[in-house]
Amino acid sequence: MLIFLGKRLIQALIALFILVTIVFFMFRLLPADPTAAMVDASLSPEAQMQIKASFGLDQPLYKQYFIYLKNIILHGDFGMSFFYRESVISVLASRILNTIILGTTAIIFAYSFGLVLGALMAWYRGSLFEMSSIIAGLFFKAAPQFWTGMIFLMIFSYGLGWFPYSGIREAGYEASGIMKYFSMDFLHHLVLPATVTGLYYLAQPMLLMRNAMLEITNEPFIELAFAKGLPERRIIFHHAARNALLPATTTLATKMGQLIGGIVLIEYVFSWPGLGREIVMAASRYDYPLAQASFLLIAFVVMFYNVLADLLYGFLDPRIVY
Amino acid sequence: MKSKKINLLFNDPLAVAGIIILTIFIIIAIFAPQIAPYDPNEIIRVDGKIQRLQRPSGEFIFGTTYMGRDIFSQVVMGSRIALRVGLLAAFFVAIIGTTVGLVSGYYGGWIDTIAMRFVDILYGIPFIPFVIILVSLLKPSVWNIILAVSILTWRTVARIVRSQVLSIIQRPYIKAARVAGASDFRIMFFHILPNILPLIFVEMSFIVGWAIISEASVSFVGFGDPRAVSWGKILHTAFNNGAVRVAPWWVAPPGFAIVLLVISVFLISRGIEQAINPRLRDGR
Repeated sequence: MLIFLGKRLIQALIALFILVTIVFFMFRLLPADPTAAMVDASLSPEAQMQIKASFGLDQPLYKQYFIYLKNIILHGDFGMSFFYRESVISVLASRILNTIILGTTAIIFAYSFGLVLGALMAWYRGSLFEMSSIIAGLFFKAAPQFWTGMIFLMIFSYGLGWFPYSGIREAGYEASGIMKYFSMDFLHHLVLPATVTGLYYLAQPMLLMRNAMLEITNEPFIELAFAKGLPERRIIFHHAARNALLPATTTLATKMGQLIGGIVLIEYVFSWPGLGREIVMAASRYDYPLAQASFLLIAFVVMFYNVLADLLYGFLDPRIVY
Repeated sequence: MKSKKINLLFNDPLAVAGIIILTIFIIIAIFAPQIAPYDPNEIIRVDGKIQRLQRPSGEFIFGTTYMGRDIFSQVVMGSRIALRVGLLAAFFVAIIGTTVGLVSGYYGGWIDTIAMRFVDILYGIPFIPFVIILVSLLKPSVWNIILAVSILTWRTVARIVRSQVLSIIQRPYIKAARVAGASDFRIMFFHILPNILPLIFVEMSFIVGWAIISEASVSFVGFGDPRAVSWGKILHTAFNNGAVRVAPWWVAPPGFAIVLLVISVFLISRGIEQAINPRLRDGR
């Protein structure tokens, strides 16, 4: 197990290194000139050179690459944001937490509802409930997340006025540090984006759970539980569901990685100040250091969950030997 | 054998529903300029007055936008971009993924190791952010969106094809072909590939849906082709003009169009999967 963990971590590190390299050259070699955005063309050539030098953009490409690597690895430094004129890391520090909180809430929502619905679907097989759950799951899977977000905003924010329509806190609300995540105001802002994201990821755990349950309910021990005269609710949740959890749960970490990757759109619709929204803003402002760092951080989170997925898989299913 | 499988596909009511919906969309896309009552970019005036934010009516089936453009015409024209992106991306992905998967599984050894490690790395790249960044660097256009989607998505096809090749290559008829002197190329593309083709179709139809959603997403956040009318771009304009607050008719139609088209390819994909895998049949 430890050897596997070590191997997997080394693999992830190599992958990360290659990704960092690809991203560097992608940003430098593509037609759009990253210097054009921040160096005002109306300035004198000397002044332009000076600004370029201050961002290290006057060096040859391979030197820039080594400076960039050294800064990331040794100092965790991703450079200065062209737009905010402060270090990329300090811009992104708060964004990371916002994204992870939103993502985690959404995935918990998707899996807790998905598993329970899946279990009930299998139990009440062929019922109207099963049919409508499948249709709803398929619908939210086929609908782009941002559109579901718009529809929910239309109904629940503007129509019914139940939830705020953007951001993470009311204007004028002041809280510092970690405490800002423990207020009712924050939770109130979290409900809609988390629900919409969760609905998109609901279908898979739900259907996996349903299929696993269908298989389990044919097993003799369920028959025995019935013969013992146990109440139906107890049989569903204590006997059958517990044994059917495996296939769905093993997908959790992988889905979390995917979810973080796709969260851009939800953050955009709900003006959620996270990494994904920052990517869109940075890319449209040609703020390449910031876009590049946000992208790498998201990739880092995705890889982290992929490694976690592999480990969790072995932990949950002892039959898997590394 | 083949026709039997196709019959199975056509006996599955859900798959047939999917095929019908997809066909309708294709017909709409082909005849889009004839179906659309207005030019999607035309600012419609009546007596010199711009028809802003008109509710759906006989004149404007889905109403009009803030700029006085006909939403029904935009949605109809948008089907062209959606289908083009979906079908072309799926086509490119299938070609790249199949080739890599075939070669990787067939030759094995270091070729396989390198290819599969590379696929692993691709799996660590977050999809939507990658497409957004690549498209913004290359300049927004339909082709660049197709390119960005294809560059990343072939990973799934490559993995699936490779694992199939590994099992098919063990079968006696492959050995027989080799003894008979067939070249590697011939074995890969004429003996192995036909057996994997249905599975590739399943994956392709998924990718059609996936690519359509991606194009919509990228256009929605503002990196769509500036000259094209796409469903994502309609929603982008709607969102930026506060349609969520004032004009539900502007938001709903393009979204439902995406949902319908994506569901139709999901259903087709599921139908093919059941037709080729008997264990999935009979309501299991």
